[in-house]
Amino acid sequence: MSLNIKIDADLCTGCGICIRFCPKDVLESSEELNRYDNHLTKVARVEDCIVCRRCELYCPDFAISVEEEE
Amino acid sequence: MKGPGEYFMEGNEACAEAAMRAGLGLFAGYPITPASEIMNLLCKKLPETGGRFVQLEDEIASMATITGASWTGLKTMTATSGPGFSLMQENLGYAVMTETPCVLVNIQRAGPSTGQATKPGTGDVMQARFGSHGDYEIIALSPNSVQEMYDMTIRAFDLAERYRTPVLLMADAGVGHMREKVKVPDEVKIEGRREPEPGEKEFFHTDRPDHVPPMPKFGDGYELMVTGSTHKGDGTRDTAGYETQDKLVRRLNAKINDNRKDIEDWEEFNCQGADLVVVSYGSISRPARGAVKKAREEGLEVGFFRPKTLWPSPEERMKEIGMDSSVLLVELSLRGYRMEVERCVGVDGVTVYDRINSLPTIDMIYDKIKEVLM
Amino acid sequence: MITGRDIRKKYIRNYPSAFCPGCGDGMVLNALSRAVENKDMNKDKITAVSGIGCAAWVPSPYWKVDTLHTTHGRAIPHALGVKVGNRELEVVVVAGDGDCAGIGGNHLIHAARSNLGITVLMINNGLYAMTGGQAGPTTDHGEVTLTTPFGNPAAGLDVAEVVKAAGGSHVARWTTYHMRELIKEIEHAFSTEGFSFIEILSQCPTRTGKKQGLSGVQMLEWYKENTSKDPESDKIFVGRLADETKPELSKDIYDQIRRCGGEPI
Repeated sequence: MSLNIKIDADLCTGCGICIRFCPKDVLESSEELNRYDNHLTKVARVEDCIVCRRCELYCPDFAISVEEEE
Repeated sequence: MKGPGEYFMEGNEACAEAAMRAGLGLFAGYPITPASEIMNLLCKKLPETGGRFVQLEDEIASMATITGASWTGLKTMTATSGPGFSLMQENLGYAVMTETPCVLVNIQRAGPSTGQATKPGTGDVMQARFGSHGDYEIIALSPNSVQEMYDMTIRAFDLAERYRTPVLLMADAGVGHMREKVKVPDEVKIEGRREPEPGEKEFFHTDRPDHVPPMPKFGDGYELMVTGSTHKGDGTRDTAGYETQDKLVRRLNAKINDNRKDIEDWEEFNCQGADLVVVSYGSISRPARGAVKKAREEGLEVGFFRPKTLWPSPEERMKEIGMDSSVLLVELSLRGYRMEVERCVGVDGVTVYDRINSLPTIDMIYDKIKEVLM
Repeated sequence: MITGRDIRKKYIRNYPSAFCPGCGDGMVLNALSRAVENKDMNKDKITAVSGIGCAAWVPSPYWKVDTLHTTHGRAIPHALGVKVGNRELEVVVVAGDGDCAGIGGNHLIHAARSNLGITVLMINNGLYAMTGGQAGPTTDHGEVTLTTPFGNPAAGLDVAEVVKAAGGSHVARWTTYHMRELIKEIEHAFSTEGFSFIEILSQCPTRTGKKQGLSGVQMLEWYKENTSKDPESDKIFVGRLADETKPELSKDIYDQIRRCGGEPI
C-alpha cells in the first residue's frame, strides 16, 4: 500500500492553508506558478504523512487528495 | 370551499374560493386594505383543501415565499394592494426571470403612497407592466365583476402554469368589495405545468415555438440551478456572455408576445362603424357600460370595448377600432391605461374621462359621451 | 476511506471556483459537504438557497444539489416557501453577513421567531466583499473599510445573540479555523428539527486581508488567537449559544391542515 498525495494544479490557488495545517510538514510552496501567479503547493515529504487528512479538510479548493493505492 | 352552485359573494371571497378550486397549494400574505379579506378567508378554509397558509412579516417575504414554494411543485398565490405591490416588484422580477408560475392579486386602491385605502383606483396599471427593473413582459388580467373575480382567478392559475410566469390579477377595491351573484362551475380546467421528459436537461431554454421550457421541481434529483442572474439553458450562471443574455431575455419576452393570441381577451359590442368607442376596465367599466347602453338608446353610435387582459394589451384590436372611431377612455386613474390606449389609437383620437376618487354614476359618464360627440 | 477527490466528485461542480485564493467560502463548502457525507444524507432531498454576495456562490453554482439563487437578503423567505411547500426537503441557506443580517435582517429574525425548520449558515467576513469591501452590519466600530475611510461610526451587530433572542432552536458560532467543530455543528443543525443558525467567521484575504496586511493563513491564526470556547472569556465566544427543542413552523402548519381534515397537497 503506497501513499499518493495528489495536488491538482488546475484547482490549487496556492493559498498555503494546507501547508499551515499539516502537522508533519509534508507540504511546501513550490516554484511553479498557477493561474493566479501564486506558487502552487507541492508534496515535499510524502514519507512523513500520517494520513490525518487535515489538508483535505482545510483546502478551500478541493485541490488535494490523499490516496492510498495498492 | 364552495362547490358547484350559485352563491352571493364578495369579490375578494370569490377570488379566494376560486384559488382553492384551482388547487392552491400555498398562500403567503400580509394584511392590507382592501385585499385582507382574501387572506382572512384562506387562513380558515385553505387548510381543509390541503393548502398551506402562512402569514409573513412583509410583502417582500410574501412574494419570495410563493416563488420558493412554486419550485416544490405547488400552485401559489399572494394578494396585496398598491403599497405592497410596490414592495413585491423586485421579487416579482425574480419570478419572471426564473420562469416561476405564481399568481399575484392586486386589489388596487387610490394612490399614490398610502392614498385612500378603501377607495378604488387603477393607477397601478403601468406599474404592472413596468414595475420591476429590466426588460420583461407580464400577463395582467382585469376583472370587473364578482363572477370575473372567480373566473379570472382560475384563468390566472391556468396561464401561470402554462407559460411558466407570474400572472397578475389587477382588480380594484370596487370589484374586491362588491357583492354579486356568482355561478361556481361544475368543472374547472387547469393545464398544469409541463413536466420534464426523461433525459431532458434544459429547464431554462427551449426551441419549442411556444418558448416554454419544462418545469421540474426540487427533490427529484435534478440538481437544479435556479438563479436570477442571466443563465444558460441548464441554469448555469453567465454574467458576461452577450449571446446568453440576448437569447434568454428575448425568449422570456417572446414567451408572452408570441403567445398573445392565446392570452389576449376582451369584451366588445357595437364597435364596428361606431362614431365613438368607450374603452374601460375594472369597476368603473360597469357604469361605463351602462352609459354606452343609455347612449345607444338615445340613438348615438357608441360602442364599448373592455380589455380583460391589460397586458399583453389587445393592441391590434384597439388599433383597428382607432382607425374608424374616436375613443373615450373611462378609467379610475390619471395615468392608468392612457398611454397604451393613446399608443394604439393615436393621441388625437383619445379623450379621457379620468376619475380618481370613487365610482361615477352612469349619467356622469353619459354626459361626457354627449360632450365628446358634440 | 473517503478522500478529498471523492468529496469533490460527489458534492462539487463548476470548479475551479471564482473564490479568491485563501477565501473561507470554499472551506465552508467543504465543511457543508462533509457534514452531509458524515450523516449519510440523501443529496436529492437537499435544497440550498442563497441571496447575493460571495457567500451566495457557495451553494450556487458550486454545490451539487438543487440550488435556488435569489435576491439580496431574501434567501430566507424563499427558503421558507421551499420548506413549507415540501417538508421532506432539507433546506439550507448560505448567506453573507450583509445579505443575512443587513438587508435580510428582518427575515432572519422572523424565521428564528417562528422556528422555521431550516439551517442557516451565515458566513461573516465583516463587510460587503463582492462589491469592493464596504462596511456592513457586522463591521466593528472604528474599522476602516471602503465606505468608512475615517473609521466606522457605527458598531457591529452580534448576530448570533440576536438570533438566540429571536428564538431559534439551535444557535452557534464558529470560524473557518475550527473546521472539525464546524462540521459537527452543521451535522447537529441537520439533526435539529427547528431553526438552526451557525455564524461562521470567515477570512476575506482580498478586502480585509489586504487592508490589514494579512494573508488568508494569518487571518485563520487570528481566529485561533482571538476566539475562545469559554463563555466567560473576553474573547469572541465560539460554540453553542442555544440548543432547545421547540414547535417548528412547517410541522405546525401541516398538523393544522390535517386537523382541519385536509391532506397537504
